Amino acid sequence: MKIDKNTINKIARLSRIKLDDKESEDYIKDLNSILDWVEQLNEVNTENVEPLSNISSSILPKREDVSNDTNSSEEILENAPDKLEGFFAVPKVVE
Amino acid sequence: MSKSSLKQTLKDLDIKKISIRELNQDYLKRIKENENLNVFIHFSEENVLKQIDNLEKDNSAKKLKGIPIAIKDLFCTKSMPTTAASKILENFNPTYESFVTQKLLDEGSIFVGKTNLDEFAMGSATNTSFFGNTINPLSQENEPLAPGGSSGGSAAAVAADLCLGATGTDTGGSIRQPASFCGVVGIKPTYGLCSRWGIAAFASSLDQAGIFSHNVEDASILLQSIAGFDQRDSTSAKVDIPNYFENLDDDLNGKTVGIPKEYSIDGIPIEISQIWEDAIKVLEKKGVKIKNISLPHTKYALPTYYIIAPAEASSNLARYDGVKYGFRSDEIDSLDEMYENTRAQGFGREVKRRILIGTYVLSAGYYDAYYLKAQKVRKLIADDFNKAFKECDFIVTPTAPSAAFPLNEKQNDPIKMYLNDVFTVPASLAGLPGISIPFGKDKNNLPLGIQILGKHFDEQQVFNAAVSLERSYE
Repeated sequence: MKIDKNTINKIARLSRIKLDDKESEDYIKDLNSILDWVEQLNEVNTENVEPLSNISSSILPKREDVSNDTNSSEEILENAPDKLEGFFAVPKVVE
Repeated sequence: MSKSSLKQTLKDLDIKKISIRELNQDYLKRIKENENLNVFIHFSEENVLKQIDNLEKDNSAKKLKGIPIAIKDLFCTKSMPTTAASKILENFNPTYESFVTQKLLDEGSIFVGKTNLDEFAMGSATNTSFFGNTINPLSQENEPLAPGGSSGGSAAAVAADLCLGATGTDTGGSIRQPASFCGVVGIKPTYGLCSRWGIAAFASSLDQAGIFSHNVEDASILLQSIAGFDQRDSTSAKVDIPNYFENLDDDLNGKTVGIPKEYSIDGIPIEISQIWEDAIKVLEKKGVKIKNISLPHTKYALPTYYIIAPAEASSNLARYDGVKYGFRSDEIDSLDEMYENTRAQGFGREVKRRILIGTYVLSAGYYDAYYLKAQKVRKLIADDFNKAFKECDFIVTPTAPSAAFPLNEKQNDPIKMYLNDVFTVPASLAGLPGISIPFGKDKNNLPLGIQILGKHFDEQQVFNAAVSLERSYE
């Protein structure tokens, strides 16, 4: 088993997702079965193979380095769950 | 009433056989009659009427003037909310317009509504949506069927004739598989053909916008409208967009079709092997040379995809933290509590599963074993296609390993659900264009799809082969 209780707690913490005990149990099961299934990739010899991260076959064009103004801060804040004097507002972080 | 095509409707509007208002009122009526299908996350008659009013005042000639189009609710639209079918974006009203929807607006089309999808496009049945299942319009009353996914709402909207075309996005098959399930045409173009700007990101190296329509001609018209370079998407390609529709040519004489042996897999229904054979026979009669090809790494495409896509998703979805937009939990004693509760309550089960797996495969100590390994296998899969396309002009395969299945049938077993994408994922990993067209029925009279794949940016060849097969079948 690759994923145990400790591992799932660690990943959940890294992902900033709170899990209850029942969920943790379910995800341990799901994740282990998915990881067992993807294990078959180890059959493939990938020695000297370059990893493929960008499949664009056309050459990516450069653009002029010019500044432009798009959204106003008002627009950006329009969907904020909480805002204060032109800023996003969050719970207090410094005591 | 028989479904009218986009091409015919444009003619009817042009000769004033029908007005924009009459046309759209017809569609509005059907949308209201079909509310039980749960096709739309957002639909407002008032909004549609307002768009009609505005177009009536506009005297300029526009290519899609007055044409009713449905938009997958993953595209940001200023005129309507955008949710990605997630609670976490329940109240999100974009202040900007996606590239693709802006192009459609510029052409004068009317947005009838925002269609349902799997939450953040993660699923194959439109059953992970926060807003409930969409029902396949081809269902019998006593047995509701899934429309496929993730763009199931868009596919269903076209199948139920609630619009003349719809936008979708395809990451591993999310246009082609629902098109097959709903008996409509669906094209995913080459990665980079349509800008991703303004589309809620799932897996950025795979996500690509595309089109659903009643037939291949309509798809060729609509794809041209949404394609094009955009500097706000760094992977947007600077290529010339041909007039696909004008260039359509169903004469395939002298072309070569590749038939990959690895796509004959165990356990798929006999009818699917049968329509595949039928399609090959039709092509042979048209003077197409049949070439048996091999794509040896095909069986590794799904596991590769289910490492790469969740990895990219875990990174892309980090932005939903309850700070800048969308849902925020009430339980916010500290900043960390706010993040953790917001994301726990805002995301659904499948999305969380993929974020967790993606976080794991990217985490220290596992990155090389999973993510880097998957990227290397991805290279081999792309190379398989590059080699194959030296010997053929296009490739023909089935679209999906089954016809539409009953709602919720595969929900409990993630791997079984992932197998839906077995024929569509390889081309996604290689960034190739692919179309699904209806081609034959199964024993329950449900539609089956044939998939045609082409070389990078050779959408024209894909359309030509598709229109040729479509015309032979009609």
